[in-house]
Amino acid sequence: MPRSGRCRSNRQRIPVGRFSLTSDRAGLAWLGLLAAALGLVPWYKGNNLFAGPAASALTEALAGRGWLWPMIAVTSALSIAALTRGWQRSNLALGLTLGAFALLIWQGFAVGLRGPSADWVGSAFPRAADGQTGLGWGGFLAGIALTGLLSDLFAARGFCRGERFPAFCITAIVALLTLFVFFPILRLGIAAFVDPTGALALGTFWARISAPDLWGVACFAGAGRCGVVVNTVVLGVLSASFATALGLALALLVNRTDFRMKRALRAISILPIITPPFVVGVAIILLFGRTGLVTSFVADLMDVRPTRWIYGLPGILIAQVLAFAPVTFLVLLSTLEAINPTLEEASRTLGARSMTTFRKITWPLLRPGLAAAFLLAFIESLADFGNPIVLGGGYEVLSVKIFFAVVGARYDLGNAATLAMILLALTLIAFWLQMRWMGKKSYVTVTGKSDAGLTAPLPPILKIAVFAVVLPWVLFTLAVYIIIAAGGFVTDIGRWDLTPTLSHLVTAFRFEIAENGLQLYGSAWDSMITTLWVAGLAAPLTTLVGILTAWLVARQDFAGRRAFEFGTMLSFAVPGTVVGVSYVAAFNVPPVDITGTAAILIICFVFRNMPVGMRAGLAALAQIDKSMEEASQTMGAGGATTLRRVVLPLIRPAVFTALVYSFVTAMTAVSAVIFLVSARHNMATAYIMGRVEAGEYALAIAYSAVLMIVMIGCVALIQLAVGTRRLGRRQELQGRPAADPAE
Amino acid sequence: MTETAIEFVNVLKRYGSAVAVDKMSFSIAKGELVTFLGPSGCGKTTSLRLIAGLELPTEGQVKIAGRDVSRDPASERNVGMVFQSYALFPHMSVLDNVSYGPTIRGVPKAEARDRARAILDQVGLAGYEARLPSELSGGQQQRVAVARAIVQQPDVLLFDEPLSNVDAKLRRKVRAEIRELQQRFGLTAVYVTHDQEEALAVSDRIVVMKMGQIAQIGTPAELYEQPASSFVADFIGDANLIEGKVSSGTFHAAHLALPVRAADGIVTATIRPERIRLAKGGIATIRSASYLGSRMEYVVQDENLEFLVSRPISEPRLTAGDSVDLQIDPADLVLVR
Ligand SMILES: Nc1ncnc2c1ncn2[C@@H]1O[C@H](COP(=O)(O)OP(=O)(O)OP(=O)(O)O)[C@@H](O)[C@H]1O
Ligand SMILES: [Mg+2]
Repeated sequence: MPRSGRCRSNRQRIPVGRFSLTSDRAGLAWLGLLAAALGLVPWYKGNNLFAGPAASALTEALAGRGWLWPMIAVTSALSIAALTRGWQRSNLALGLTLGAFALLIWQGFAVGLRGPSADWVGSAFPRAADGQTGLGWGGFLAGIALTGLLSDLFAARGFCRGERFPAFCITAIVALLTLFVFFPILRLGIAAFVDPTGALALGTFWARISAPDLWGVACFAGAGRCGVVVNTVVLGVLSASFATALGLALALLVNRTDFRMKRALRAISILPIITPPFVVGVAIILLFGRTGLVTSFVADLMDVRPTRWIYGLPGILIAQVLAFAPVTFLVLLSTLEAINPTLEEASRTLGARSMTTFRKITWPLLRPGLAAAFLLAFIESLADFGNPIVLGGGYEVLSVKIFFAVVGARYDLGNAATLAMILLALTLIAFWLQMRWMGKKSYVTVTGKSDAGLTAPLPPILKIAVFAVVLPWVLFTLAVYIIIAAGGFVTDIGRWDLTPTLSHLVTAFRFEIAENGLQLYGSAWDSMITTLWVAGLAAPLTTLVGILTAWLVARQDFAGRRAFEFGTMLSFAVPGTVVGVSYVAAFNVPPVDITGTAAILIICFVFRNMPVGMRAGLAALAQIDKSMEEASQTMGAGGATTLRRVVLPLIRPAVFTALVYSFVTAMTAVSAVIFLVSARHNMATAYIMGRVEAGEYALAIAYSAVLMIVMIGCVALIQLAVGTRRLGRRQELQGRPAADPAE
Repeated sequence: MTETAIEFVNVLKRYGSAVAVDKMSFSIAKGELVTFLGPSGCGKTTSLRLIAGLELPTEGQVKIAGRDVSRDPASERNVGMVFQSYALFPHMSVLDNVSYGPTIRGVPKAEARDRARAILDQVGLAGYEARLPSELSGGQQQRVAVARAIVQQPDVLLFDEPLSNVDAKLRRKVRAEIRELQQRFGLTAVYVTHDQEEALAVSDRIVVMKMGQIAQIGTPAELYEQPASSFVADFIGDANLIEGKVSSGTFHAAHLALPVRAADGIVTATIRPERIRLAKGGIATIRSASYLGSRMEYVVQDENLEFLVSRPISEPRLTAGDSVDLQIDPADLVLVR
């Protein structure tokens, strides 16, 4: 081949690192941001970002808020240190940055809303007596700048192989998790140990935690009520048992019989995910309540007095089993699918009857799956808030009791915190058990050759049992969803008044197009619009944080990676109610005083749902050869570019899953949000809960139906936007060159 | 022309408590093709990744073109790398794959594409620009990977076992192509392999590694003819390792007594199998004889010593049980300690 003159002439040095700031500039940029945050931007909340330096930390410090000085002084020292060459690798710079960070936190806690938190602070700084409000733009920007600076210093020391982008992402995510997951839980833990005045009170804590209305077991003796903890656990165990049984029946039906409507069954099992809370409860009341359709029918037929039996354990149980069966179904289905059919074949060729084979082979192999499904449902039951509050009646469970301790007439954060700690402990125990089960070597035999034999058909008796369980479930689900579908559009489905009407819809969503534009009159518009905004903002952010975290965990090799991964998963384990109270405990007071804003709703969703995006991302990344990203790096692309141009296009399905999941969850979540909504920022689920409490069932149902339709529409839109192009498949080639030069 | 392209100064890389690269120092001249050779797990890939910036050294310095890049991430070094799995972007066409690097580094799109086309032409892939990598054969994919790595005129081109995914028959051809390209563009290249034959065939110099350390550096001929240790002698080609001792200018082992120039003491002598001659009638016995097509291979027992001997097929055949005399030219003996 001739020498190419062209290549020779191109042999000039290619500018290296054109798209990345050189080391010095990135660090100085963060330092500049820090200086601006302290000197140019209002420090406290309630001020416009561009209000000017008149309210900056520097001005405030000059005006007597002396506890801001240490932070400012250390920052100044840092700026001087930055004048030296190679400052980013010096221990001095690292020490000063960590010091500034610590002092930023310290100034926030040293002085509270009403005055100094310690006597010496008060005597050192007289103006501390005035107290201080929460941090504003300046405070948050300073936090961001210090996080950025810290990550830059880490990268300069070789953290993340010197790559600045992943170093920043890790530092930022750790900072955010600390602030929005661990700090609230810590605050909640502290709240459990103090009395209303804020003093340490172990006696009060002991009185709270040993209260008989927590642990009482009188109900087992047939006299009186049980404690709320006992109630919660009993409900959890029963609900998880029934849900697991139902899930098993469904899984056997799909995997071990020639039942035809498997796809329909899978579709039905998705329904609970997009069903807003409360509405199933309402449907159950409309069916089985004292004046419910079924109740009245049975009462007329058998001439018995209708009762309120559905309120309490039975009602919650029915609703929960309905809601959790799809989860257990999916777990058990994957377990069944993973059982190597040759084992069962072997048993049958050895002469075992089908029942013996099932008992001796299939059942033992299923047991780990059953345990996992049971614990999953148990954890969900602990966290469930929507069903108990609608159907609970006098049967109190922890999540509901926590709610009333915070929003009820008797506001008692200490008590709520104590209950929340108990709920958290129960959940963590269940999680721990589940990890142990999963961690043990599972019996399930995955060979990769799943078609290596035929699965054993069910023994006839079992087959009958399966149908006997599944059929009522199908009928019941149908009844519930018919009520949901129709209830909003007829006058009063509860009294079987089926005159079609749009009146409920009009109450909720009336609008007029007048001369001065679109006018929204319906009572539900506010919450609907807020919900769409919040979910619309939370979904991409959740996806971003989740996928980013997955990428960091899967691809970056950094100290503390295990702890990092564990921390993100922990945020998922915390029940929603606990998150809700912990946010109230942490963010109702300075320094981070953000309750009542839309931001807190979004933040809450992002950190609660991020682990799902992370799981999806991890699964997708495991399929992708790491060296593609390394190739991109050696070609000059930094972490961010590699992520955008190489990784994201390849894991699009995971991005889609994360987006849809976080969007739908944000639309339908209630347990945490219910603590965080405000008059200005009401959410759809909170609005629906209000209607249910007021007995306006038809309105609640109408709204829920609209919500479901909106969700399906949005999911379709997301699908359109993200797309799911398949890659790597050989396609029919056009214009293939005549001669293949390889041969 | 001995401008230094790459230099390692006491480079140490630790993973947790395990040391993967242990205080390595060497330098590679511009335009040279150097191979890292050694048994599995000896730190070849790690050394390569240290040059690329995909790992940063725990201690020591990595210099590229005279600049200390020890703390620079991969994206800020000017290296090209051909990965074992090729690592082509499956969602981009061949052209987009090759023009990715220039585009990232700020070359205008049209010019980046022109450069990519020119390089693709050079590697014989003109006409394949619009294909996806999945629509290419393995050998073609490999050439796209090479094109992608050299399009930016890197300071150094890195190969991590580039032939391990290539059909055994094609290997010889592809490695010749790689060598030809490297020389045509005057590129500095570092090549990792654990196949000694491959290393001998392509390299200007070879770095033999053992447990994270350099066992020997030298040209293929030096390593073969003057191994510095029994490890090197054994790893490169076949070798007879004879333990014995030197006293007053003579090497003694079993019946052997050969004049050498070395100080007294216990040594290991190495000799290549094809350097030993056999004559009929003697005190050694042939234990086994194997016909290998191009030559005969014998295992010869002499007292407690066992020798591997390789003879051209043209010589008279010997069979197992024959008595032979081992003839060794003292000049062929390399003493190592
Ligand atoms: N990311 C890592 N974490 C921990 N240990 C590692 C890591 N990468 C490599 N090692 C260890 O460092 C040593 C050298 O590994 P390296 O991959 O460089 O070997 P190699 O010479 O390329 O071997 P092979 O010929 O098998 O590819 C090995 O012992 C390996 O286990
Ligand atoms: Mg290797």
